[in-house]
Amino acid sequence: MDNTDFEIRSLDTMCVNESRLEHKWYHNIKYLIVGILFGIVFVKSEVVSWFRIQEMFRFESFHMYGVIGSAVFVAAISVWLIKRFNIKTIYGEPITFSTKKFNKGQIYGGLIFGLGWGLTGACPGPLFAQIGMGATVVITVLLSAVAGTWVYGKYRERLPH
Amino acid sequence: MELIKQPWPWYIGGPLIGLTVPALLILGNKHFGISANLRHACAICFPAGIPFFNYNYKKEVWNLVFVLGILIGGIIASSFLVSNTPIQVNQNLLNNLAAYGITDYSSMNPPDIYNWEYLFSIRGIIMMIGGGFLVGFGTRYAGGCTSGHSIMGLSTLQWPSLVATICFMIGGIMMSNLLLPLILSL
Repeated sequence: MDNTDFEIRSLDTMCVNESRLEHKWYHNIKYLIVGILFGIVFVKSEVVSWFRIQEMFRFESFHMYGVIGSAVFVAAISVWLIKRFNIKTIYGEPITFSTKKFNKGQIYGGLIFGLGWGLTGACPGPLFAQIGMGATVVITVLLSAVAGTWVYGKYRERLPH
Repeated sequence: MELIKQPWPWYIGGPLIGLTVPALLILGNKHFGISANLRHACAICFPAGIPFFNYNYKKEVWNLVFVLGILIGGIIASSFLVSNTPIQVNQNLLNNLAAYGITDYSSMNPPDIYNWEYLFSIRGIIMMIGGGFLVGFGTRYAGGCTSGHSIMGLSTLQWPSLVATICFMIGGIMMSNLLLPLILSL
């Protein structure tokens, strides 16, 4: 099958995307901080709410469309600025973008994930925030999602892409 | 402080979520995508010789640290930054859910569903175990979730991500309007 796997950089033999710098573990703390801020925004904007997700899919509120739409808008402007002014990382390395190739998985997988999103009211990010909010039963949802990913990996070659 | 404790409107929350994309890029050329962590979990814990899980996950540790942050963010926000007012959502939804016995709106997630007892019912198994499985299987099959496709993909103008996002919406609309009522009546 074609290589439809554009996510894992260590699989990329060209290594164009890869940071050449060896970082100590504590360099990851900055991602922890971004994650914490992101998690707080998730909760405060109620993206983690099952009710809000149901509202969205039933077209009963603009809230989630506003959140996702404005997030995409701000992200797109930021990406454009990064490209336009050739902004580098804080380590002075160039910022690169990978191109996503179309495959049928985006349709089949997209529909399957959509069903799961409507059912659990959570995409993968909010799952972690919900557990943090004290909904410990969501740990089972997360474990089940890991199992789903594993089953996909196991039968990947036999699925239409 | 009172202002922070109120729920944030979409025009505050959305742009802040969007800023995660340049933050990760500038901090280390990292691409926003949360569901990849489910794959990393498989690669670390039970790769079982499956090629899809055979890669150098150590290079992806930053992402696991990032989701750990989201979890901690959830703890901080729910402990210190929320007011105890019931969630404000569309009355139609609440009326509709009341018919299925979901009547507690005191929390962002329905306490009638988000509890361990519910997990051990048919509905609970379908919603949590079944739903989680669909989320994990579907995101990886699609090559990303709301973060990787809908936010990162759309903001870099990739049409396959638009296809994926439209399919997420179609699946969700089918579930919430057609299938969920059936499941809740079981």
